[in-house]
Amino acid sequence: MSEVAAAERPEEKRHEIESAVVRFAGDSGDGMQLTGSHFTMTAAIAGNDLATFPDFPAEIRAPAGTTFGVSAFQINFGARKIMTSGDLLDVLVVMNPAALVTNLADVKPNGIVIADSGAFTDRNLTKAGYTENPLENDSLDGYRLVKIDMSRLTVEAVKEFGLSNKEALRSKNMWALGLVYWMYGRKRQASVDWLETKFAKNPDIAKANIAALNAGHAFGETAEMPAELGTFDVEPAAIAPGLYRTITGAESVSLGLLAGSLLADLKIAFCSYPITPASALLHQLARMKEFGVVTFQAEDEIAAAAAAIGASYAGSLGITSSSGPGIALKMEAIGLAIATELPLVVINSQRAGPSTGLPTKTEQSDLYQAVYGRNGDAPMPVISVSTPSDGYEVAIEAVRIATKYMTPVMVLTDGYITNASEPWLIPDAGDSERFDVTFRTDPEDFQPFMRDDETLARPWVKPGTPDLMHRIGGIERSYDSGHISYDPENHQKMTDVRAAKVLGIANDIPEQEVTVGEAGAKLAVVGWGSTYGPINRAVNNMRDDGLDVAQIHLRYIWPLPRNLGELLGSFDQILVPEMNTGQLRTLLRDQYLLPAEGLNKVNGKPFLIGELEDAIRTRLEK
Amino acid sequence: MNVQSPPEKLTARDFATDQEVRWCPGCGDYAILKGVQNTLAQLEADPKNTVFVSGIGCAARFPYYMETYGFHTIHGRSPAVATGVKLANPELDVWVVGGDGDMLSIGGNHTMHAIRRNVDLQILLFNNQIYGLTKGQYSPTSKIGTKSPSTPLGSIDNPVSAAQFALGVGGTFIARSSDILQKHLPEVLKRAYKHKGASFVEIFQNCIVYNDGAFKHFTEKSVQDEMQIHVEHGEPLLFGKDKSKGLILNKEEMRLEVVTLGEDGITLDDIAIHDETNRGLATMLAQMDPPDYPVALGVLYAEPAASYEVSVHAQIDQATKDGDKADLNKLLQRGQTWTVE
Ligand SMILES: Cc1ncc(C[n+]2csc(CCOP(=O)(O)OP(=O)(O)O)c2C)c(N)n1
Ligand code: SF4
Repeated sequence: MSEVAAAERPEEKRHEIESAVVRFAGDSGDGMQLTGSHFTMTAAIAGNDLATFPDFPAEIRAPAGTTFGVSAFQINFGARKIMTSGDLLDVLVVMNPAALVTNLADVKPNGIVIADSGAFTDRNLTKAGYTENPLENDSLDGYRLVKIDMSRLTVEAVKEFGLSNKEALRSKNMWALGLVYWMYGRKRQASVDWLETKFAKNPDIAKANIAALNAGHAFGETAEMPAELGTFDVEPAAIAPGLYRTITGAESVSLGLLAGSLLADLKIAFCSYPITPASALLHQLARMKEFGVVTFQAEDEIAAAAAAIGASYAGSLGITSSSGPGIALKMEAIGLAIATELPLVVINSQRAGPSTGLPTKTEQSDLYQAVYGRNGDAPMPVISVSTPSDGYEVAIEAVRIATKYMTPVMVLTDGYITNASEPWLIPDAGDSERFDVTFRTDPEDFQPFMRDDETLARPWVKPGTPDLMHRIGGIERSYDSGHISYDPENHQKMTDVRAAKVLGIANDIPEQEVTVGEAGAKLAVVGWGSTYGPINRAVNNMRDDGLDVAQIHLRYIWPLPRNLGELLGSFDQILVPEMNTGQLRTLLRDQYLLPAEGLNKVNGKPFLIGELEDAIRTRLEK
Repeated sequence: MNVQSPPEKLTARDFATDQEVRWCPGCGDYAILKGVQNTLAQLEADPKNTVFVSGIGCAARFPYYMETYGFHTIHGRSPAVATGVKLANPELDVWVVGGDGDMLSIGGNHTMHAIRRNVDLQILLFNNQIYGLTKGQYSPTSKIGTKSPSTPLGSIDNPVSAAQFALGVGGTFIARSSDILQKHLPEVLKRAYKHKGASFVEIFQNCIVYNDGAFKHFTEKSVQDEMQIHVEHGEPLLFGKDKSKGLILNKEEMRLEVVTLGEDGITLDDIAIHDETNRGLATMLAQMDPPDYPVALGVLYAEPAASYEVSVHAQIDQATKDGDKADLNKLLQRGQTWTVE
């Protein structure tokens, strides 16, 4: 650790900036995700607010140096509240030509591009489709280009540890990290500690990585510092005091599901089938066995949903999870859960496109599937996750609604939220309100479809309970006894009561609040899910510019909050930005006959704040 | 005196619901229903701990007629639903009932996996070699040439053998019986009940409306003796009137051969002994088809193995043993944390 101390020396005045967006991009084998997460940790320790976005290649092991093998990690950190992982990049670090060609378009005009010139070999240039070395011609004139032969400098820095050239080059990500740490005046200690623990069994590797980190930092500090690189200061943000961690959407949803089950005093049976980006949830919950969590990797999505329903029938909380195409397969079973009125939580980590679409890209185009996508009149509550940390509360809410109303509930999250991370003020599990489930055990006047007057929920009876044996099924059943019934009046009544039960949940969820601004503004920007961050920042920026705009962000998609129609009616214009072709807009128009207008984008990437600002401006500065 | 009277012994009738049974008059399902109700009574099964799960089809109406817990689910998915039931509560005694279309067509994948995972279920496949409920289309077990509304010129796909399928996917208990074998069926079902793991029982069932007499070549009284062999563990594989015929293992060709006692010097000693733990033998028995061979009925294969839900819960018990590990607050704080003052 003395190595760290030795490298610290007084430096020149740094430029104070409010926030910055940095992206590390390289080959899948270059360790960019690790580099990014170290930088994230360090920014968090420095007290910045932040948001990150990892971008993995779709191919598992794409050939090295190719454009489809590029892996990137972006972080937006600042001295103020950070709402998105950032629009355009202040700094792009590229470890090879493929990373440059795939990421350059996102860099701000005059932004900093740091390139490992040692990796810009003829071979790599050809693989990336360059006929000339972009570092050597004037094609990067619009940027502040910093060419450093990181490969060579890393090999030199770690020479003393006797690693092979290939092994030595593995630590060049740490060299790059060291340099960026220096740019932002970050402390290296957390990374040093991490490397020492991680490679405790391999001290030479640990030392080589630390040496590379220090060398990158020292490179910045010494005379070798290129003039293009600035040094910056990003002050701590005003953040509520408390204990924090970073959390991804997959983590927050899995923790919320567990917390919800504990609040309900139920055991979880999480049944799923691998699919990107939903698999992360299965992986998370599979590691929670100490809480009695059962996880089941089924043979397919259909079986996963069916097994979850079987588990709910037997008295556990059945949860199933997938992404769009897998949710499509589950729909038949979800219909069964609706018909038999069993609790079931369905997590949909949306991905882009129809069919298998763009597995690693994000979109929010399963709203129709969630709200309308079943045979028969089959209503189910749908709620959405808005930020990586929001999943905790949303998942708890899903468990609450599913068990209180004896209904499946669909939670819409997406690939962006699942993988992105942000700081999370860790809640105290003891602060959440319990909602213990009571199973029916009283045989007096028991009927399986006899309903609670208020919730219209039927009783939940665990098989194994004496004297309450009964049969349920998907075929239409008589209003109380549950026996098969084809009676027309009965079907009308059952259809009506299923709808009424789900609509009635509107009385048990909060009224919709104006997220930013006031009711009655000239324009309401209405969103749901992961567009929360960019909309929020854009609306705030435009309000700072004096525009009369408000944000309304929905958590509840079905049923909609009871005051929503009236609230929306108070605005002159309604703009609904969505990463789909207008699905919430359809729902709002349908429900409230309002002239909601869409702003729609489906390129697999989150909205940029700038895009939203432009849309707001064009509507208000006519 | 405060002596509790012992609970009254339940009869088959106690396992019947008040629901009118709505299969076609003469359907083989009635006999199977009676056989199952008898079995549960004889086993002194506890109705409150018994669950019948089914898919869709005529056979799948079964749960409505059982005075136990019951779940009539969706076409083909019952093995998956039943797996979930067992995962949530391994103490329940779970029976899965479905037709050949239900369990081998739309549900083939789920049946396969419930069997190979060895979930402790009694899986009863009512094989009538036809789709009953949807009005008589050929099913995956129908013989080539089956004329049906969807195959007016005769079906051309090869049928699947249910028992061979179950053996092939690693089943630990495979048995066969028939709707009309009112003594045999409960005995087979009792063995299935006692087996830990997935017990797969193929029950030949006559669909009187769409496939009447599909099995009469081995079930009719006149041919029964010659065309059925009731296998029993440790007993010689004998059949025929007066048990005059038997099976020997032709070791050169690795196949079973039908022989007659007393002919060509064949004695009882030559007859193969049924070993229900021998998967190879079970496969040969399952392959036998009239007219050259009798149909093998009874427990073709049974070999105990750890059942799935028990292993799942053993892992959980191991993980939960140390009670303080399950601290949600600790879990929420997992990984690197920092404090903002
Ligand atoms: C998803 C789906 N596909 C098709 C059907 C129609 N369907 C109901 S039962 C059945 C076949 C039943 O045949 P089998 O399982 O052999 O049972 P049986 O009626 O002969 O007892 C079919 C195709 C359905 N209910 N659901
Ligand atoms: S159609 Fe066939 S299987 Fe169905 S009830 Fe009638 S006889 Fe039985």
